[in-house]
Amino acid sequence: MSMIKRFKVSFSKIFNKMFKKKGACIGIYGPPNAGKTTLSNRILHDWVGNEETMGSVSHIAHETRHAKRRNGLTIEANGHTITLDIVDTPGLATKIDFHDFMEQGMNDVESKKRSKEATEGVIEAVKWLEDLDGVILVMDSTENPYTQVNVTVIGNMEARNLPLLIVANKVDLPDADPGVIKEAFPQHPMVPVSALEGVGMDSFYEALAKQFG
Amino acid sequence: MDLVSEAKISQMASMEKVRYIIDEVRKGKILVLEKGLNPMEEAKLIEMTMSAIQPDVFSGIEMQSYPANTDASLLGKFFKKQSNKRLTVIGPANQLKTLKKDRNLISALVSASE
Repeated sequence: MSMIKRFKVSFSKIFNKMFKKKGACIGIYGPPNAGKTTLSNRILHDWVGNEETMGSVSHIAHETRHAKRRNGLTIEANGHTITLDIVDTPGLATKIDFHDFMEQGMNDVESKKRSKEATEGVIEAVKWLEDLDGVILVMDSTENPYTQVNVTVIGNMEARNLPLLIVANKVDLPDADPGVIKEAFPQHPMVPVSALEGVGMDSFYEALAKQFG
Repeated sequence: MDLVSEAKISQMASMEKVRYIIDEVRKGKILVLEKGLNPMEEAKLIEMTMSAIQPDVFSGIEMQSYPANTDASLLGKFFKKQSNKRLTVIGPANQLKTLKKDRNLISALVSASE
């Protein structure tokens, strides 16, 4: 290798080290049971392999009660490669009643324990909002999108001038209507997906690269 | 039910507003705020509500505000104008239930305290 070429390579390495953009830290938010962990697991499945998951999923709300971070996830889309840290957060809620868990078949002690852990999880999720570079907001396409949780998360991102991508999840279900979500929050990009079935994921990764790349 | 004017709320610091709301709602009051909280205050209210939850005593709040009005004009986008706060209703989760909500209408059912 010529002297000039060697100099160019070394300079390029130093320059990259000095100015290399840190991978953005993106939080996955949404109300309980919107499919945040299912989406996180799908992303890991698509880009890491079957052996790694972000967490377990359940039909009972507040299955995820601690935020989980996966660093250095590399995603290729639109001819670009982006590296992100993703944080799967517990479902945000304004109320948690242990009776709701009892109705799902849990006993009194289990329900109160889950309720306590769920409140701690919500606090953790709110605190994470301050340390993120952007948010993927997961909504259930079969539900009314005008929930306070959605309004608050979107408001926080807009107030901080941070990028937001809305995911209209569960489009595999017959009652799904992602158009209602688009109509509710037209100022933000929205991608319809079924994280469970893997439908719409290519469009999701393209939007992800565009928003956070 | 208390209808709280913008003047009253705007005199308070963020933490005072959140404390005031939590205290009033825990007493069983339903508050209608003429101009709601900003998004950070809403997040703080959610956080403090979670800390206040006690089984069989207080299960949290029902809070509904409209999505913010955003300025979609070129100038609005350029200057990233702060979105307008809008009317907000907040009450105990066991007394206030949202029936329907869209961009410009909140329909709620209010019941007597248990």
